[in-house]
Amino acid sequence: MFRFIVRRLLQLIPTLFGLSILLFIWLRRLPGGPETAILGERGTPEMRAAIRRNLGLDEPTLIQYGRFVRRMIRLDLGTSISTKREVTTEFLQRFPGTVELTITAMVIAIGIGIPLGYLAARRRGRFLDHASVGGSLIGICTPVFFLAYILKAIFSENLGWFPSSGRQDPTIGATRITNFFVLDGLMTREWDAAADALMHLVLPGLALASIPLAIIVRITRASVLEVLNEDFVRTAEAKGLTENVVRRRHVLRNAMLPVATSIGLLTGGLLSGAVLTETVFAFSGIGAFLADAINQRDYPVLMGFIMIIAVVYVLVNLIVDLSYSLIDPRVRVR
Amino acid sequence: MALLDVEELSVTFARRGQRTVRAVDGVSFSVDAGEVVGLVGESGCGKSVTSLAIMGLLPKQPGLQVAGKAVFDGTDLLQLDDRSRRDIRGRDVAMIFQDPLSSLNPVVPIGIQVTEVLTRHRGMRGETAAKEAAQLLDRVGIPDPKRRLKEYPHQLSGGMRQRALIAMAVACQPRLLIADEPTTALDVTIQAQILELLKELVRDSGTALVMITHDLGVVAGMCDTINVLYGGRVVETARRRPLFRQPRHPYTVGLLGSVPRLDAGRGERLNPIPGSVRDLLPWPDGCAFAPRCARRVDACVGEPPELVLTHDGRSYRCVNPAPVPGLTPGEEVREVVPGQATPGSVPAQAVPADPPAVPGLAAAPSEEETP
Amino acid sequence: MTIISGKKREKIDRLAELAAREEERGVSLWQDAFRRLRRNPAAIVGAVILAIFVLVAVVGPFFVPYGPTDTIGIREGVVRVGQGLIPGHSAEHWLGYDHQGRDVFSRMIVGARQTLLVGVVATLIGLAIGALIGGVAGAAAGLGGRWGRWVDTVLMRFIDMLLAMPSLLLAVSIAALLGPSLTTVMIAVGMVSVPVFARLLRGSMIAQSNSDYVLAATSLGVRKSKIALAHVLPNSLAPVIVQATLTLATAIIEAAALSFLGLGNPDSATPEWGVMLADAQQWIGIRPALAIYPAVAIIITALGFTLLGEAMREALDPKLRK
Repeated sequence: MFRFIVRRLLQLIPTLFGLSILLFIWLRRLPGGPETAILGERGTPEMRAAIRRNLGLDEPTLIQYGRFVRRMIRLDLGTSISTKREVTTEFLQRFPGTVELTITAMVIAIGIGIPLGYLAARRRGRFLDHASVGGSLIGICTPVFFLAYILKAIFSENLGWFPSSGRQDPTIGATRITNFFVLDGLMTREWDAAADALMHLVLPGLALASIPLAIIVRITRASVLEVLNEDFVRTAEAKGLTENVVRRRHVLRNAMLPVATSIGLLTGGLLSGAVLTETVFAFSGIGAFLADAINQRDYPVLMGFIMIIAVVYVLVNLIVDLSYSLIDPRVRVR
Repeated sequence: MALLDVEELSVTFARRGQRTVRAVDGVSFSVDAGEVVGLVGESGCGKSVTSLAIMGLLPKQPGLQVAGKAVFDGTDLLQLDDRSRRDIRGRDVAMIFQDPLSSLNPVVPIGIQVTEVLTRHRGMRGETAAKEAAQLLDRVGIPDPKRRLKEYPHQLSGGMRQRALIAMAVACQPRLLIADEPTTALDVTIQAQILELLKELVRDSGTALVMITHDLGVVAGMCDTINVLYGGRVVETARRRPLFRQPRHPYTVGLLGSVPRLDAGRGERLNPIPGSVRDLLPWPDGCAFAPRCARRVDACVGEPPELVLTHDGRSYRCVNPAPVPGLTPGEEVREVVPGQATPGSVPAQAVPADPPAVPGLAAAPSEEETP
Repeated sequence: MTIISGKKREKIDRLAELAAREEERGVSLWQDAFRRLRRNPAAIVGAVILAIFVLVAVVGPFFVPYGPTDTIGIREGVVRVGQGLIPGHSAEHWLGYDHQGRDVFSRMIVGARQTLLVGVVATLIGLAIGALIGGVAGAAAGLGGRWGRWVDTVLMRFIDMLLAMPSLLLAVSIAALLGPSLTTVMIAVGMVSVPVFARLLRGSMIAQSNSDYVLAATSLGVRKSKIALAHVLPNSLAPVIVQATLTLATAIIEAAALSFLGLGNPDSATPEWGVMLADAQQWIGIRPALAIYPAVAIIITALGFTLLGEAMREALDPKLRK
C-alpha cells in the first residue's frame, strides 16, 4: 500500500513537468500580454517594453521556463502580476471557498443521490423510478449557470430564504483562521458566522450539485439493479435474513463500488461547474479569479493555480483508489 | 405424511407484448423426512425454477405467476407472507446453489456470511456465534476454520467455497435441504467429495434432501426416489433401483442411454437423444417430448398424455412406454390421472430469445479452480 | 419403430419449428442494435426531438416571419428598455421582443441552425482529434510491441495532462487565445472532448486486440497494420459513436456556458441559443422569459441527444443483449 502511494506520487512528477511545459508555451502564445491588460490600448511601445522587461518577459521562453522550474522546486510560485501578491497567498485565500463549495455540492449529491438511486431501483418501473430517471436526465441537460440563476431568482430574490451572493455577511466581522469560513466559525465558536457561511453555501451548492447528483442517481440505480440480480443476494434471501440485513450488507455494499469510482471522477470535474456558479453568486473562490487571470494574462497565477489544481485532482483520485481497495477486498493496491 | 408435498406447481412469466412463458407446468412430487429425492432433467426443464418457487426466491416481477401448492410440514409455503417465509428459510428449509463463487458475497468475509444465519435464526452473537461458525466450517471439512472465517470468498478454492455454502445451509439443522446442481461448477474430483459430504450430513442429521441435477451419476449414487422432468412436468417417478433397471418413459430411457458405461461392449455406441430440448411441443398439444421421441405414436399428439400410476408404486406420463418383459401392457396399471394443461401458454424452452430473467438459470459459468 | 401417420408428423414438425424459428433471426450487431433501438421508447422520443430540431434548423430560417436582426420593436417604439418595457407574447410576435426590439420567435428559429452547427462542428473536432490520438495509441498499444507501448505511453500522458486541467478552464484559455467568436466556441468545446474520445477509442481497441479473432489473424500472418485498420478499428467504433451522440448534448450546453462567460459570439446579430441565454441574464429582472425560451430549447435538445445516446449505448451493450 505504501509503495503504491509512493509510486503514484512519483508518477505525478512527469505529468506536472509536461503540463508546465505545455502551459508555458501556450500561455506565451496568447495574443496580447499582461502589458496590454495593464495599460489598455493606450500604452506606448516604450512603456510596454518596460513592463515586459520588468516582468522578465523579454527573455527567451526557455530561460523564463528555467527560472520558473527553479522556483517551483522551492515551492515558490511567484507573484501575481495584477494583484502584486504571492500566488500561494492568493491561492490559500481563495481555494478554501471553492473547496467548501465543492464539498457542499458533493454532500448534497451523495446524500440525496444514493438513497434516491437505491429507491428508484427497488421501485423499478413505478412512479418514483420514472421521476428520478427523468429528473436526472433533465439535470444533466440543464446548463449549470442557468440553474444557478433560477435558484437565485426563486429562493433568494423572491422568497428571501437564502443570501444571493458572497461567502459570508461581512458585517458579522468573523475571525479568519483557515479561510474555510464554516470551519473558522466552528473553531472560534462564532456560531452565527458559521451558520451564515453555511446559508451562503446552500444555493451555489445546490446549483453545482445538479450534475453530480443526476449522475450518482443514475449510477446507483443501475448498480443496485445489477446487484439485485446477483446470485449472492439470492443466497442471502435463502438464508432467511431480514430485508434490512440483505439490503445493507449484501445489496448496498456491493452496489457502492461503481458509485465510489464515479464520485472520484465527479469531484475532479466539479471545478468547471464551480467557475460558473461562483460567477453567478459572486462567490469568491478560485473560479472567478482564474477567469480574470486569463483575461489579464496573469501568467504566474495561471501557471501556479493550474499546477496546484492538477496535483489536487491527482490526490483526489489517489484517495478514491485507496478507499476503493477498502470496500472491495478483491482489489489489492500494488 | 410427507415432509414436503408439491402439488400441481406451475410457474408462468407473462411479459408485455410477448407470449406467456410457462417454465413449470404442473409439477407434483413429495419428499419424506430423511429421504433423498432427485429432480432430474436437461437444462431448461424447469427444475431450478421449481426449487426457487418452493423457496419463494423467484425474483419479484410483474407477470410472474406461481400456482399450485408446496406443503411443508402442514403449511403451504406458497401462501405464506414474506415475514413467516423468511423465518422458515434458512431455519427449516435451506438451499445450496450451483455456482459457489457468485453465490457468495465477494466483499463480506466468510465468517460473517456464516454467523449471520446463526444470528438470525439461533440468536447467537459475538464469540458464541464465531465459535459455532468455526465448528460448522470444521464439520464440512474446511481445514483451519478460524483463519478461513476472516477470509473473503475469492481467497478460497471452488470446493472450499461450496463447503462454506453448505455450512451456511446446514447451520440451523434444517429439516429439508434443496441442492440445486451443487456440483456442476466443480472439478470432478471435488464433485465426489462434495457429494460424499452431503450424503454424510443427511445421514447424520436426518435432513431430507432434494437433489436437483442433470447428472444421472449423481442421482445413482445418492437418491432414494427420482423424478424425471421434461418440459416443465414430471414425466416419470420411481425409486432408484427400478428406475435404473427398468426405465419406462422414453425420455428416461434416452437419458440413461446417453450416459457412457464402462460395462458396455466395445462396439456399442452411445445413444444420444436426437434433437434439442427446444424441439418441443406445448403440453396442451400433446406430449412435449414427442418431437424427439423414438417411440412416438399417433396418440402422442392431440392431447396431453395421462399420468399412469402402476401397482409397484411408480408413475409415468406416456401413452407408449418402454415395455417390461413378461408384463402385458395395461396389466400393471393401477390408476390413470388425466393430464391437464392450461392452453394458450408456451413452455419456457420453446421461447429461445429472451429467456425469463431468473438468476442462476443461465448457463453455468465455467469454474476456475483457484488454489 | 416409429409408428406415426404423415399428417401428425407434419403437425409436430410444424409446432417444433415454430418454437425454434425465433432463434434464427440472428443478425449482425448493428442490425440487432437498431431493432432493439426501435423498441425502446426513450430512443423514439429522442429521435423525434432531434428530427424536429434538425428540421427547424435546416428549413425553419426560410419561413421566419421577421428578420432575426430586425429591431422592429425599437422602430415601432413598443420596446423601451430604459423604462423597463419589453413586451411579451402577442398575436404578431409569438414570443415577444428581446431587449433590442427583435422578434424572439424568429431569433429562436434561426438560432436553432447556429446551435446545431456549434454542436456538430465541436463534436466533429473532438471526435477527429480524439479518435486520431486514441486510435494511434490503441493500435500501438494493442499490436505494436515495445515501440508501440512507448508511443501509447507518451500519447496517453498527454491526454492525462489535458484531463488534469478543468475542462472549462481549458476551453476558456483556448477562447482567450483565439478571441471571442463562434468559431472559438466550437474549437474550445471540441478540444475539451478530445481526451474522452481518445481514451474511449484506445480502451476499446485494446480490448479488441486481446480478442481471439485478432490472435487468429496474427497467426495467419495478416499484417498488423491491416489487422488494426480492417478489423480492430471498425469493431471498436460503437462506443465512440455513442459517445459522439452524448457529446452533441454537452457541446451545446458547454457552448452556452462559454457564451455566458463572455467568450461567445460578441456580435449578437447572428442568434445562437447560448448567446441568447447569456444575453438574457441581464434582463432577467424585467423579462425572465427571454432567458427561459433559449434555456428550455437547449435543455430539450440536449435531452434528445442524451436519450438517443443512452438508448444506443444500451442497444449496443453486449452485456445487456442477453
